[in-house]
Amino acid sequence: MTPEQIHIKLHEKFDDHILEFNVEALDPYVKIDPAKIYEVATFLRQTSELDFTALMCLSGMDYGVDENLGVVYNLHSIQHNHRITIRVDLSRENPTLPSVETIWRTADWHEREAFDLLGIRFEGHRDLRRILCPDDWEGYPLRKDYIVQEFYKGIRVPYQEDWMKYETLEKNPERGNFVFQFESKVPELIESAKNGNNSDHKPEGSTDG
Amino acid sequence: MFGNLFKKKRYLFDDEGTMVFDMAHSTGKYYDEAMKKLEVESYQGDEMVVNMGPQHPSTHGVLRLELVLDGEVVKKTTPHIGYLHRNFEKHAENIGYNEVIPFCDRIDYLASMNQDMAYALAVEKLIGLSDLPEKVEYMRVLTCELNRIASHLVAIGTFGLDVGAFTPFLWAFRDREKIMDLFEWLSGARLLYNYIWVGGLAREVPDGWFEKVREFLDYFGPKMVEFDKLLSTNHIFIARTAEVGILAPDLAVSYGCTGPVLRGSGIKWDLRKDEPYSYYDRFDFDVPVGAGELGQLGSVLDRYLVRIREIDESVKIIRQVLEGIEPFKDQDVKAAIPKKIRPAAGAEVYVRSETPRGELGFLIRSDGSDVPFRVKARSPCFSNISVIDNISRGGMIADLVVIIGSLDIVLGCIDR
Repeated sequence: MTPEQIHIKLHEKFDDHILEFNVEALDPYVKIDPAKIYEVATFLRQTSELDFTALMCLSGMDYGVDENLGVVYNLHSIQHNHRITIRVDLSRENPTLPSVETIWRTADWHEREAFDLLGIRFEGHRDLRRILCPDDWEGYPLRKDYIVQEFYKGIRVPYQEDWMKYETLEKNPERGNFVFQFESKVPELIESAKNGNNSDHKPEGSTDG
Repeated sequence: MFGNLFKKKRYLFDDEGTMVFDMAHSTGKYYDEAMKKLEVESYQGDEMVVNMGPQHPSTHGVLRLELVLDGEVVKKTTPHIGYLHRNFEKHAENIGYNEVIPFCDRIDYLASMNQDMAYALAVEKLIGLSDLPEKVEYMRVLTCELNRIASHLVAIGTFGLDVGAFTPFLWAFRDREKIMDLFEWLSGARLLYNYIWVGGLAREVPDGWFEKVREFLDYFGPKMVEFDKLLSTNHIFIARTAEVGILAPDLAVSYGCTGPVLRGSGIKWDLRKDEPYSYYDRFDFDVPVGAGELGQLGSVLDRYLVRIREIDESVKIIRQVLEGIEPFKDQDVKAAIPKKIRPAAGAEVYVRSETPRGELGFLIRSDGSDVPFRVKARSPCFSNISVIDNISRGGMIADLVVIIGSLDIVLGCIDR
């Protein structure tokens, strides 16, 4: 079936819930109402003319800091060898939609991944846990407005380009374990450069290692 | 018993004959109730929870499996992944289209050429680049197939190691070394090649390289026959593998298994044949599938045999490439490389291609700049390993090791 025919079949069945159809895109897609995704997916999987046996890929999307989130389903039928892309848009405040993991088992882990990296919640998923990041990770890394947490289990997370700036090791009283408590020594370095000393100059009061 | 139920009764029916519980697809009206009942029953008795990995040698990397065991019988397997997570996708959003390629190498570090190829195909489709020089296309197919042989040699070698055969492992690595040498000569690297670029290749083919490839094929043919004799027809090997880890075809499709795992279950689906990309439609080769000759269809042995036969098919393709490339040897491999990669804003494409482990798909979205807006890598191992709970239930813990080996996972590919 061509994408147009698939769209017509979907339109007959779901009418108002089909929001957009774009055949000019590189991958022709149908945009649907997120609340209806389970019904649409069941229809696509179980109708014999369509018979989308395989969910090739399920991707969470973030369209920008002030834009929506979304999910893209790339479907393929091995029997009929046709494909279609289903898209849904979700609000940034409450990105929730029904899960399709009982229809395609592929969706099980892919939905967990979308939840882990983009914070999209799939209602009805039986095991919606983080999958790639640790369970106690903060934030959703693939969101465009993501800011990485400063410490994870006492380890400094953001990559610091100039490690020369930091030198002392102290005990963090709040966490009770050792962390690098950093202290800038850039001013001293600049000063020493001005005075014509070499860069190995150690400022007073610093400890070795 | 919990184990027997999962092994034998995949479906439960009510009095009227309606299916209420389908283990395989985890669906059915009373799935949750049935599962809850089974869970309650299962934790009675002498069961224990054992942690396998992430530093277990037979998990092929940093995979952690949480097992519920009754003696030596596996009741439940819960994989925990992410120990090698580098967030490739976030990296890719911050660097140019070309600069992503070295990161693609590191997704599946045993088949870097195929990963580069998949990414290059996706970007080329995004910017509408086609009609590459013939030499480029032939060289891409050639390097991908050589890499497929190298990757399968690791797969079957370590699989032999998993069932207790040490010699095949050494033999496989001996032959793989020759391919590594060829690639080193070609690209300068032994494992992470960064060779296939968008629109072309990174380096010109050295003089005399094709002759060396031909020499390798002549050397490799008899060695593979020898290897096959050593391992594939070994009675102990067959006894260990022919009835283990049965993956039903419908289950394999539903879980999104691809590559030799899917074909081992008897489904003839290979993107090189069914959705030909590059020049794959010009070559004559077969798609081997599992038939369950020595045991059950979809067993561990079937997956292994598919890999063995795919090596022969790859050799066949390479011989055809060496013939086909003859008239185009003087072409410039960098001629079609675009100066600037800047796809239209909002363009999005999903392209998949066949790597040794299955379908690698890239979903790339552009916002009109020269940095990708979103790159999603759908890795084959990620889907392949998710089926492990289903096929290991009711088996022995020693079989679990064999099953992991037969899925041929690379943790870099799972965690990305």
